[in-house]
Amino acid sequence: MSQTYTIHIDGVAIQALPGQKLIEAADAAGIYIPRLCHKRGLEPFGACRLCTVLVNGRPGTACTTPVADGMVVENDIESLREFRKQIIEMLFVEGNHFCMFCEMSGNCELQAMAYRFGITAPRYPYIWPHREIDASHPDILIDRNRCILCGRCVRASRDIDGKHVYDFVGRGAHKQIAVNAAARLADTNADVTDEALNVCPVGALLKKRTAFQVPIGRRLYDLKPIGSEIESDGSTRID
Amino acid sequence: MVTTKDKTRRIVISPVTRVEGHGKVSILLDEENNVQQARLHIVEFRGFERFIQGRPYWEMPVAVQRLCGICPVSHHLCAAKAVDRLVGGEQLTPTAEKMRRLMHYGQIFQSHVLHFFHLCSPDLLFGFDADPKIRNVIGVAAKYPDLAKQGIFMRKYGQEVIRLTAGKKIHGTGAIPGGINKNLSIEERDELLADLDQMIAWSLGAVKIARDYTMDHIEIAKLFGSFESNHLSIVRGDGAMDLYDGGLRAIDRDGKKIFDQVDNQDYLSYIAEEVRDWSYMKFPFIKSIGPENGWYRVGPLARINTCDFIDTPEAESARKEFMAVTQGKPNHMTLAYHWARMIEVLHAIEKIAELLHDPDLQGTDLVVRGDRRDEGVGILEAPRGTLFHHYRINKDDQVTMCNLIVSTTSNNEPMNRAVQRVAQDHLSGKPEISEAMLNHVEVAIRAYDPCLSCATHAMGQMPLSVILVDANGEIIDEKTKQ
Ligand code: SF4
Ligand code: FES
Repeated sequence: MSQTYTIHIDGVAIQALPGQKLIEAADAAGIYIPRLCHKRGLEPFGACRLCTVLVNGRPGTACTTPVADGMVVENDIESLREFRKQIIEMLFVEGNHFCMFCEMSGNCELQAMAYRFGITAPRYPYIWPHREIDASHPDILIDRNRCILCGRCVRASRDIDGKHVYDFVGRGAHKQIAVNAAARLADTNADVTDEALNVCPVGALLKKRTAFQVPIGRRLYDLKPIGSEIESDGSTRID
Repeated sequence: MVTTKDKTRRIVISPVTRVEGHGKVSILLDEENNVQQARLHIVEFRGFERFIQGRPYWEMPVAVQRLCGICPVSHHLCAAKAVDRLVGGEQLTPTAEKMRRLMHYGQIFQSHVLHFFHLCSPDLLFGFDADPKIRNVIGVAAKYPDLAKQGIFMRKYGQEVIRLTAGKKIHGTGAIPGGINKNLSIEERDELLADLDQMIAWSLGAVKIARDYTMDHIEIAKLFGSFESNHLSIVRGDGAMDLYDGGLRAIDRDGKKIFDQVDNQDYLSYIAEEVRDWSYMKFPFIKSIGPENGWYRVGPLARINTCDFIDTPEAESARKEFMAVTQGKPNHMTLAYHWARMIEVLHAIEKIAELLHDPDLQGTDLVVRGDRRDEGVGILEAPRGTLFHHYRINKDDQVTMCNLIVSTTSNNEPMNRAVQRVAQDHLSGKPEISEAMLNHVEVAIRAYDPCLSCATHAMGQMPLSVILVDANGEIIDEKTKQ
């Protein structure tokens, strides 16, 4: 029988396996740590900082931090809730997010996160950056207005599709998602069946002509908040 | 509203209240207080057409709802009709077409009810020159509580129809390219059936109120803001009123057809828009007649005038009674819009009843697709009149051109005529300009139920202006409220 660690998250004792990342151990125990760039099945990336928790009193990202025996973790506390809100609000003002006519509305993780945190309007001024759309591919649309630079598509294309269609270019405010061609997605080997098209948390990387097919009321986050798919009395909790 | 006098007479024209959105009227008086000129100004930004350049076409039916918070469903469906053409899906399945129609009749119903019970009833019940302290919707609620209650419940019913077909009361997503994304479940249908009889009864009552009002004031109505004009709408192939789909028909002042059953895709061969230097809003006209005399009215009055009959029994008998007033000739009375509007409320609820009893609404065949096109036009009859949506797309599915003609733009010239007429009849040569007189001008505008936020394509922002004009036509002062 393999060795297990015991860690505490917000006072709840749970089991963890050596080699696990903190976010995975929390998931298994039914404890939700908010995240955007992390997605099960993809390499940890540590880009968005939304999963920041206090590990033995010091901040760290739960998606990249390996578990260690006896760890004491603080997650759902006021200071971190406030910090996460700020991150979400910044993401909203840094892009051009028009939820009211976005085809991902109701299925969008960023929007759902804003609802979960009770954000009605960002405290920061909107930047309204100029961002390009790439509609060149017959079946795929890139709308950079909505990209939050989570890198999920980069990892999925590289590690699952084995293609390396997407990558980042530029730095700081000029960083953006780019394609592995001189200019256009149409000139890459991207295909509508790529796994990369299923991982975008927002409406930035889309399959064309599939919009609005699910009626309001039956979309992913219409009835239950994001995170509720994880929250439970997980089997790895220690009473 | 204020009137002030000094050496040069000047007049403060108040913003037009109780219309959806905002506008301003300028009335120019000479030294004897005779009206030299009266105009309704609406600023048209066309910001939306620019905003959607480059967006994928399937966003249009949802995105256009940003144009207007008042009749978003009309824009939603009209854009969907245009987009149907782009995907070769204009032959909708019965379930899709009937769901969309249900949505549309719900919109007509709630919009007309709002206008009649909330925006116009104060003028009709208390008189145009009653004390403005009473002449408002609160006054109506105090004096006629039953009526106020009906207005609220009828509007709510229309909104429920919209919610159950579009998914939400505003910014719904029901209509998608080539169809609809949901049908109506049995539970949803039964929810709407529960109050149906009450809605029909109240709609009959509303027609009676509007008819009695018009007939009791028929001598006033014949004159008030009245003028002869052409009329335009879509009608069904057999000439029946059809608010959702049909060919374009225009008639002249005597009822003679100017054109009939015009293919929607071909509207630009029949209608053009004129630009005038004093207005930011365009003036559409019938090409074969020209800009001078080719302008036309749209909306409930135009539709009752253009159609040969209504295919629901109660509304048809109301239409016959309406047409008898003018011996079957087109009715040109601005105040008759109210009666016509209530006949449409009755028609809409009769149609809703018909649809709710149709099992096609529970069908599961929701979307069709055919050969792709790069251009599409959608036309329907929105509550305020004929609505045109026209899109062109590139091979990458992005919108490259968008042209919208909204009902209020078509009614631009008619509203200006009504304003002129009322100003001449009620203000000219009077020593003092009173609030009541100015309200007469507003009553004439309100009869058209103009939606200024739509007309301006301004995406929700429409500053409200008050201007001061002196005898020399100089603007002395201008105040703007956001
Ligand atoms: S396109 Fe989507 S998945 Fe890719 S980086 Fe942007 S937000 Fe993330
Ligand atoms: S989820 Fe951990 S940094 Fe994004």
